[in-house]
Amino acid sequence: MTNEELKAFISAHTPEVTFEETQFLNAIIPSEKIYPLAKYLRENPDADIDYLICLSGVDWKDHFMVVYHMTSRKHKHTFVLKAKIADRNNAEIHTVCDIWRTAEFHEREVYDLFGIKFINHPDLRRLFLDDTWGFPLRKDYTDDITIVSL
Amino acid sequence: METPATAKFDVKSFPGKVTHMPGGGSFVVTSIDKMVNWSRSNSLWPLVFGTSCCAIEMMSAASAKYDWSRFGFEVARATPRQADVIICAGTIVYKMAPVLKRLYDQMADPKYVIAMGACTISGGPFFYNSYSVVKGIDHVVPVDVYIAGCPPRPEALLHALITLQKKIQEGGPREKINIGF
Amino acid sequence: MSSKEEIQDVTELREEDFMLNIGPQHPSTHGVLHLKVKLHGETIMDVQPHLGYIHRSIEKMCEASTYRNFIYLTSRMDYLSAHMNNQACSMAVEKGLALEIPPRAKIIRVLMSELTRIASHTLWWGAMGLDLGAVTPFFVGFRDREDILDIFEESCGARLTMNYNVPGGVMYDIHPNFQRKVKEFLVNFKKRYHEYDELLTGNVILHERTKGVGYISAEDVVSYGCSGPVARASGVSCDIRKWQPYDGYENVQFEEIIETGGDCFARYMVRMREMPQSVHIIEQLIDNIPEGDFQAKTKAVLKLPKGEFYSRVETARGELGVYIVSDGSMNPYRIKFRSPNFSNLSALKHMAVGGKIGDLVAIMATLDLVIPDLDR
Repeated sequence: MTNEELKAFISAHTPEVTFEETQFLNAIIPSEKIYPLAKYLRENPDADIDYLICLSGVDWKDHFMVVYHMTSRKHKHTFVLKAKIADRNNAEIHTVCDIWRTAEFHEREVYDLFGIKFINHPDLRRLFLDDTWGFPLRKDYTDDITIVSL
Repeated sequence: METPATAKFDVKSFPGKVTHMPGGGSFVVTSIDKMVNWSRSNSLWPLVFGTSCCAIEMMSAASAKYDWSRFGFEVARATPRQADVIICAGTIVYKMAPVLKRLYDQMADPKYVIAMGACTISGGPFFYNSYSVVKGIDHVVPVDVYIAGCPPRPEALLHALITLQKKIQEGGPREKINIGF
Repeated sequence: MSSKEEIQDVTELREEDFMLNIGPQHPSTHGVLHLKVKLHGETIMDVQPHLGYIHRSIEKMCEASTYRNFIYLTSRMDYLSAHMNNQACSMAVEKGLALEIPPRAKIIRVLMSELTRIASHTLWWGAMGLDLGAVTPFFVGFRDREDILDIFEESCGARLTMNYNVPGGVMYDIHPNFQRKVKEFLVNFKKRYHEYDELLTGNVILHERTKGVGYISAEDVVSYGCSGPVARASGVSCDIRKWQPYDGYENVQFEEIIETGGDCFARYMVRMREMPQSVHIIEQLIDNIPEGDFQAKTKAVLKLPKGEFYSRVETARGELGVYIVSDGSMNPYRIKFRSPNFSNLSALKHMAVGGKIGDLVAIMATLDLVIPDLDR
């Protein structure tokens, strides 16, 4: 599908989406809508998004953004889904790891580094750091003892 | 004539801990000690401990082109109970530091530590802006030889091994040197 | 214990079960990985990887660096394909600047990448032999690797962490001896390649330990996000050099090696057969390096416009992705590395459960993980 067809396809299912066109088509949705849309994209044969390339978190100081790069191997279209989490103090979003199994580890990493909780994740534990560490990739993380800034 | 052993320097400005040797120089070793030191230095068994990139250069030093087994380091042991020297090759982070300390404690005396690579000397390229890297393994274990480089060449590792052998041949094990600790 | 489904349902530790800690310090050459393995006799019921023993906070450090500096940290991530890591980062920055690099730089990058791929695969082959108990392949693999590292040292200045790729091209021109030495290396490698097959590929011990072990199907491989030789061994075609060619791969002919076995032996054969393909690519290019600049003109301080850029590269282990989020200033706002080993490891539990401890070692050897790439 081309970018225009993808836009129409996604807006038909989730009307709250806004679009940006950078290197790929970016679709920005509120975080509550991620699970139904992801399931629809996986199961619908016209989209058939079977490969989740990358799941990352970005901290924009007043909100979080969870970014999903995904592609379909059959139709060869690639686009980016961004789920905006407006509430920074109580960041929660539904997991997609029953749709794409690769998300299990990626979501644990995002939880470890940002503190975003994934609802219904089978095993949400911290991955790299221990339970007493803060959330280091947040922009307001400071550590006067271990970080030596240049 | 002033030699490095007898030169007077300002102890407070030196960044590390200074231990004075009795007599102003190294020990006078007896011939039995000389035999023991010679045999100890020529059959040091390293512990397999490579965490990151320097481990690959350590493996290159173990393989046929640079070959550390001609100096006696033939048998690389997997268990610290049978090893003499731990060549710490690679970055140590806060999660790994207790593991390193425990391995060091499990080794039997006399034991030696070689800090290979910039990360083990001071944190290396990860010194600035990193929240999880230990800035030098001498915060965790006492180090005998430091090797600079990122990663150091296998020849640099061989030079360090020969230096360690010379250090062992010149004096006793570390316990005898540390008087007043 | 009959079916795999029965085994995977058991979660508590029963009386006969035994929890074994493998790592973080172990004589395997993969790095510091801690595996908690739940065993019933010798049969594996569950494998839980514990990561973070080499988590060096590279992503946070990139936010405090500039667009030129952060590339030097990435050589240390998957250090066996250091060249390709740097290439991915440079490509992402070039996408942001909308910069076209000169053809000479493209060909040099491809040559260096393919040499790195051969060096990585010979080390993998040697380490795999060592894990399975054979010591000779270790020395044979390193012998060929040393020839390649000598070539790197002459042109790039370093053996392992080359830092040769910069945004705009490569840092220096290749050494005048480069073409001659590469051709000598190719002649020697082709003469010696049969030793690899004689030592391990036809070996009955390798066949018994790897055939039928660690099976993963094609749908599972795509769902787990595996890439590289792990995916290609299950019949999934995923080579980025073919799907989205970059930097000069459009003009070279090579085959993508696909096996359908899905087990350890198929993964072994994919990597073995990729080495002659890399030799073939180098042969096509080594005499046709175009003249010209080796670096496009860029400003001293790079500033990317506000936006997001993603680049994908096929390293020796799979697909590496670099995701740059820029807010228009001199420092990146956020950089995320999508590392191939991270997704490959998530398939470990699926492959190992139901097998024995010896099978776990064979599976880890054929997954070819480099743990600092996982922990970043």
